[in-house]
Amino acid sequence: MGARYFGASVPRIEDPGLLTGRGRYLDDIKLPGMAEAAFVRSVHAHARIKHIDVTVARNQPGIIAVLTAHDLGVAGKPMPQFAPSPLIKQQRTQHVLASEAVHYVGETIAIVVGDTRAAAEDAAALVEVDYDPLPAVTDLRTALDGDAPRAHEGAPDNHIATMRTKFGDTDQVFARAVHVFRETITQHRGGCHAMECRGVIAAEDEISGQLTVWSSTQAPYMVRRMLAPWLGLDESRVRVIAPQVGGGFGPKGPTYPEEFALAQTARLLKRPIKWVEDRREHFVATTQQRDQIWDVEVAADANGRMLGVRGRCLHDNGAYLPYGLILPGTTMASFPGPYALEALDITLDAAFTNLTPTTPVRGAGRPNVAFMLERLADRIARELKIDRADVRRRSFVRKDQFPYATGTKARDGSPIVFDSGDFHSCLESAVERFSDFRSRQEEARKEGRYLGLGIASYIEDTGLAPFEGATVKVQPNGKVLVLTGAAGQGQGHHTVFAQIAADLLGVPIEDVSVVSGDTGSFPHGIGTVGSRVAVLGGSSVHMAATRVREKALKLASEMLEAAEADLVIESGRVHVAGTDRSIGLADLALRLDGVAGLPLPRETEPGLGATAYFEGRALTFASGTNLAEVEVDVETGTVKILRYVVAHDCGRLINPMLVDGQIRGGVVHGIGNALFERMIYDDSGQPVTTNYGEYLLPTATEIPRIEIIHIETPSPLNPIGVKGAGEGGTIPAAACIISAIEDALTPFNVCIAEHPLSPERIADLIDGAKAT
Amino acid sequence: MTEQTAPMRERITLTVNGTSVEGLVEPRQHLGDFLRQNLGLTGTHLGCEHGVCGACTVIVDGHPIRSCLMLAVQADGANVTTVEGMAKADGTLHPLQAAFRAHHGLQCGFCTPGMLTTLHAFLSANPNADESAIREAISGNLCRCTGYESIVDAALAAARIMQGGA
Repeated sequence: MGARYFGASVPRIEDPGLLTGRGRYLDDIKLPGMAEAAFVRSVHAHARIKHIDVTVARNQPGIIAVLTAHDLGVAGKPMPQFAPSPLIKQQRTQHVLASEAVHYVGETIAIVVGDTRAAAEDAAALVEVDYDPLPAVTDLRTALDGDAPRAHEGAPDNHIATMRTKFGDTDQVFARAVHVFRETITQHRGGCHAMECRGVIAAEDEISGQLTVWSSTQAPYMVRRMLAPWLGLDESRVRVIAPQVGGGFGPKGPTYPEEFALAQTARLLKRPIKWVEDRREHFVATTQQRDQIWDVEVAADANGRMLGVRGRCLHDNGAYLPYGLILPGTTMASFPGPYALEALDITLDAAFTNLTPTTPVRGAGRPNVAFMLERLADRIARELKIDRADVRRRSFVRKDQFPYATGTKARDGSPIVFDSGDFHSCLESAVERFSDFRSRQEEARKEGRYLGLGIASYIEDTGLAPFEGATVKVQPNGKVLVLTGAAGQGQGHHTVFAQIAADLLGVPIEDVSVVSGDTGSFPHGIGTVGSRVAVLGGSSVHMAATRVREKALKLASEMLEAAEADLVIESGRVHVAGTDRSIGLADLALRLDGVAGLPLPRETEPGLGATAYFEGRALTFASGTNLAEVEVDVETGTVKILRYVVAHDCGRLINPMLVDGQIRGGVVHGIGNALFERMIYDDSGQPVTTNYGEYLLPTATEIPRIEIIHIETPSPLNPIGVKGAGEGGTIPAAACIISAIEDALTPFNVCIAEHPLSPERIADLIDGAKAT
Repeated sequence: MTEQTAPMRERITLTVNGTSVEGLVEPRQHLGDFLRQNLGLTGTHLGCEHGVCGACTVIVDGHPIRSCLMLAVQADGANVTTVEGMAKADGTLHPLQAAFRAHHGLQCGFCTPGMLTTLHAFLSANPNADESAIREAISGNLCRCTGYESIVDAALAAARIMQGGA
């Protein structure tokens, strides 16, 4: 295998269309006779619905239908649970349209269908819903108290599930530890905010009865799996297509009420219907991550080596369980971080609140654990007056310990094992770039400037089970087609798949095209979540292309009458090395596609193609360390990020330019979590940050250049040696920024155990510390 | 026609990507919807429809304008360039478009048309812009994917080529 494309920063094959306005996102699709929908949504966080009056709305010009749950025949038929778990005490999924009660602001109540979106929105505002408001659960800290209001009327409590992860003897480790420190850590993470909101189109073919659903989803196969049985249809009658998707970041992974409502309405009205979420809806109706509160203790030896962690996490799951326990579960799967702990005992309690449901957002609970563990590591350094890097150096899993069984267990009960890595090299390569920092910090302080250096390390479990697959096929024109279930949302998957296939089949990358995210073109898929597609999708393309290569060489060997060992594939032709004899892949493909009356070569299946599935039997672990230099204005509390360095190990790099893009985008998402993004609700559960003036996203002027150092320890668990790269940027970033701010404020003895931090909050922390 | 219900419509004439077009529009329709729905120019993306994200930016009489904040009737007589109008007729990419590809200045591509039009207008007026000025110029365009650095690199590279008269 030549390494022409694999490992090179190849420009993306996706780009030409996207750069010229030919992206074809969901809202760009227009079908003949298509109507448009808007939703009536709850304005209360918790209320009984007494009556819904649609009379006025129904009689507006341009209105085709106004449908409640009863009209649509979906009353009393909640959505299926995506991820069942025996740990779930109260199984609560949302109804497609609420008919009896609503449990968060934004919950769907009725669908209005009009000739245009404008007509539908006008009429939606005229649907009268008579509510009987109920007390709302909005404060996670008290949500599990016995006297808390219930998020769902008649429920015994607001408790969803208790999860526990544990190894070693924590009592013994904490009893003999020289140091034990306790922290309460409060974390908030904001929402998704892909620049493209969600959207759905549903259309049923009148003659075949085939239902086609286009959705701006990360997981079209999961949409089909949820939708078909709910509609009472065979899966073969439901085709789900993810068109060009404008960013996913997690919340486009679950299935939503709108997908069900559009499908049902299109079938009922017998015409195609489109719904596109607007940004105001996105703030309330697209899942978020939000609060976790940690009460934890860390045990350390006399040198500051971390020995054990124990404690409890309280997790806000919002009003429903659209995604089972995947988000709290991913939180728990992030232990023990990069640390070789002797004992761990963590309990997590997930609670219902009357707020928008929560599911994974980029990082998915891992940034929360990284923040907590890194705050504990910094605390040890502060208390023992040692270098923060030394706590990491002494506590990390060492290179010679790989493969390293952490002590934790996977969902199937198997031990979690770090497959490969070099945590110390990542740490040292980042740390050495700041060798002069302490002297600069000292100089700056003399001028009244407060510089700080932050540090944060992390691991990321990637390549989540079970599988992704691909078909690789040489077409009779010699061009290569890759079909896969793994949909992309901007990562550049088509390019990396094309790189892998082009190398193995000896064709220029321009001759490879990729079709993905369409249940009608490939039979099985899972979805683009948990940094899994390069690992599983990439490996399946590698496996399928390898088989096609073998097939081509075998047939060429017969047709050219040469030994396979003497054959090379170059520029789309199989050559007998050192001769002028060759045959085109196109000729081989045509031979195997068959001609009537001419038998295929013996023991050969039709077509110069192959299908392969790569199963992720075990997770592969990416890892790294980030350092950030900030300056804090102690009068105004503003933070300027001066420098940011990432040392990162995601195994072999298929396309370094794309990996760098994933890392930078991920880091900036984490910077948003540290300094800007806060989804605020008032005490009655009303969201108060529902536009980009109130909810702040990072912009170009706040963000520094991000320097990236790649350490490559190939994964032994897949044929291409890769690990996922989609979330590693985000996981440590908030921890790193907060660490830097705390370091800058050392003269004030400010300790920080929360994020995000607004300038006002930083100024308050300084004032508070001065006062004590 | 019932006067209470039938929406009033205004006739407008404007130039879009060098071609004169006419439209019959409701006064409340914004320019972004007019371009997308009436003209089928779906390269202009609507990201927030409250004037913050910048995805819907188009060039109106040389200025970058948020097409969600401008009514179609206000564009009567104007000269509008959208992302579809940036490449040459023979398909040759504008230097900004080529630089975005070379520097990986786009991932999901949704903010990209607004980034390109904003930078097109900005660099045409400020050909010597440095990194800090470019960051300021795109500070009204949100991107969730890239972290902005690759967009800035693409803009700096394109500025050099645009200055060279390419």
